[in-house]
Amino acid sequence: MDSLATSAPTPSTTHSQVEVASNPSSGEHADVRMFGLATFLVADGMTFAGFFAAYLTFRAVNPLPSGSNYELELILPTINTALLILSSFTFHRAGKQLLSGQAQPCRLWLLVTAALGIAFLVGQMVEYFHLPFGLRENLFASTFYALTGFHGLHVTLGVICILVVLLQVGPKGSVSPSQPFGLEAAELYWHFVDGIWVVLYGLLYLL
Amino acid sequence: MTLASPQDLNLQPQPLKSLQPQGWLRFFSFSLDHKVIGIQYIVTSFLFYLVGGALAGVIRTELASPMSDFVSRETYNEVLTLHGTIMIFLWIVPVVNGGFGNYLIPFYVGARDMAFPRLNAVAFWMIPPAGLLLIASHFITGSAQAGWTAYPPLSITTPAKAQIVWIISVLLLGGSSIFGAINFIATILKLRRPGLKLMQLPMYCWAMLGTSVLAVLSTPVLAGTLLLLSFDIVAHTGFFNPSLGGNVVVYQHLFWFYSHPAVYIMVLPAFGLVSEILPVHARKPLFGYSTMVYSIMAIVFLGLIVWAHHMFTSGTPPWMRLFFTIATAFIAVPTGIKFFNWLATLWGGKIALNSAMLFSCAFIINFVFGGITGVALAQVPFDIHVHDTYFVVGHFHYIVYGGSVFVIFSAIYHWYPKFTGRMLNEPLGIVHFALTFIGFNLCFAPHHWLGLNGMPRRVAEYDPAFTWLNQLSSVGALLMAISTLPFLFNVIWSLRQGKLSGDNPWNALTPEWLTTSPPPVENWRGEAPLVTHPYGYGSTASTPLSLEQATGKDVWTGN
Repeated sequence: MDSLATSAPTPSTTHSQVEVASNPSSGEHADVRMFGLATFLVADGMTFAGFFAAYLTFRAVNPLPSGSNYELELILPTINTALLILSSFTFHRAGKQLLSGQAQPCRLWLLVTAALGIAFLVGQMVEYFHLPFGLRENLFASTFYALTGFHGLHVTLGVICILVVLLQVGPKGSVSPSQPFGLEAAELYWHFVDGIWVVLYGLLYLL
Repeated sequence: MTLASPQDLNLQPQPLKSLQPQGWLRFFSFSLDHKVIGIQYIVTSFLFYLVGGALAGVIRTELASPMSDFVSRETYNEVLTLHGTIMIFLWIVPVVNGGFGNYLIPFYVGARDMAFPRLNAVAFWMIPPAGLLLIASHFITGSAQAGWTAYPPLSITTPAKAQIVWIISVLLLGGSSIFGAINFIATILKLRRPGLKLMQLPMYCWAMLGTSVLAVLSTPVLAGTLLLLSFDIVAHTGFFNPSLGGNVVVYQHLFWFYSHPAVYIMVLPAFGLVSEILPVHARKPLFGYSTMVYSIMAIVFLGLIVWAHHMFTSGTPPWMRLFFTIATAFIAVPTGIKFFNWLATLWGGKIALNSAMLFSCAFIINFVFGGITGVALAQVPFDIHVHDTYFVVGHFHYIVYGGSVFVIFSAIYHWYPKFTGRMLNEPLGIVHFALTFIGFNLCFAPHHWLGLNGMPRRVAEYDPAFTWLNQLSSVGALLMAISTLPFLFNVIWSLRQGKLSGDNPWNALTPEWLTTSPPPVENWRGEAPLVTHPYGYGSTASTPLSLEQATGKDVWTGN
């Protein structure tokens, strides 16, 4: 993330002043950084798209051995889905609080979001331990673990990002109402991970 | 509006000087200067090209006789795998994208650096470790033997450690390519100088924009696929293992979803570079600018939906064959538009037949030939006959060597004065060109005959009936190897002894020439010039060109 946080032209005195003076839009580096992050998320989304395509093709053309099926328990994953969707709203609240200059409520909402993310991961682990199949049971099992595992990795990374942002929010930190990039970037990423989960939930559990 | 004061013109930008090493040392540092990173890419990739070329030498020496007497069969498999992987992922992709892209794109959009300089440096520094890992694997575990395509079940059954090292290396290189692409998209779309419209950009920007879109959309799919493949190898899952219920064709689909666009990732930037070089040396505007732009976009779109033409013999159902044949044939249309636009650019021009121009013209010839065999290969009945034969090898090398590598050499002759402030030696350049052109055609044209007559690819031994054509090809390869010597001597010798070039030896109008050679750290001493007509050659009897004008404001808006 830090590498994305570099401003457009490398810092200098005379010359970037010349450019800033003649180029009002180049002052808004946050825009370019968010744009870069969005482009990265498109790429990341394509990784998932490849996995989804593989999964759907496997389902369409590779029948499972007799006795195995695609049915999964729905209660825990549905609760997990709700947690993750809820966490998107709490993150949004955190962002609003930051922009209105209230660091303390912002930190609180971030903490709630991180807690929801961790709850999701715990739920995922509980589900893993109670599933009747292991990684190598059949093609569906392997694909299930690969997809949910890769997504879980994203959630883990997201929780770490939220906690880092949490530490940076405040009068002395690098995330403030005038510099919301760290929080906004983590928020965009978090919404992306949520969106991927909704698709994944539909494909793996409901289809 | 603040303009640079006259005193500034004599100053190097100070703050960067203290932050970054200067002199030759900066090329070994984590430099954030896009020009340094560009040179780092070009030089590093060229070193890998020498390694890949040496491996090609091993292949051609082995194939000079029908029996496997030079290296063992296993070694031959390792060599062909390394050759393909190095040439694609460590030479052509980094040099035409990262190398020239980083050097030129900020100039072309009128910026002082790329959008994310630090990410840019990270993207470059992922390449040397990945390349060294790949090569070192040969001496530690033995290299991968499954070819650059790493098709399962072959890649699952060949030595596992070597294949895993190969996967890690390609993942690193893919990551580097994605980071680079994100940077190019952000730079071209968001960092343009105010007043510079998209349709006024030099053509290389469009090529890099299209290429970067392809890299962002398709490279992650390869990364995901290779992750699944590594699960198959390490954890013995069965994604691509038929004996465990898996499906090898799914791997092929996912792999080619990246690797067909990868051909365009290698060749679209070359199209862009040629579109910069031809107008300068023919002293004519680029013909059909807007059709060039739209054909790049068409190639990007079509390039994403033709991947299964690599899989006509993989049990592909008839409707799929029909669709992918038609889609592939359609690519010939935008490519043909570009070809005729280049010819029209040359038509009636005041052509300077220097090394840069010769390599570019040879590119046009080679690429058309490779394109024709490409259209032929898209036809299912023909493809089934020559699939997995040397015909495909010949076609592919006409595209990536005759296409991309010829353009890389052309671009080095064209931009060397910009990089160094010195000219390359012309007679040596012509010798280099003649040897390369003759050697290349001698090496790869016979492959078409071999393939049509049924010689399979990727084998160390073959039917003795194919001997003399193979020997002809090996002689061509030897000529290509020799052709590297005058080039290497030229670039090293000219660094110190070459004729001083001045700032703009070609009287070119594209923005990178409107500053000193080599350029200062942040590209322009004053404000970036607004170049709205980068190909405005021949519009007036004598185009007034001087550095003082260029560093001023809006010099080129009047046209």
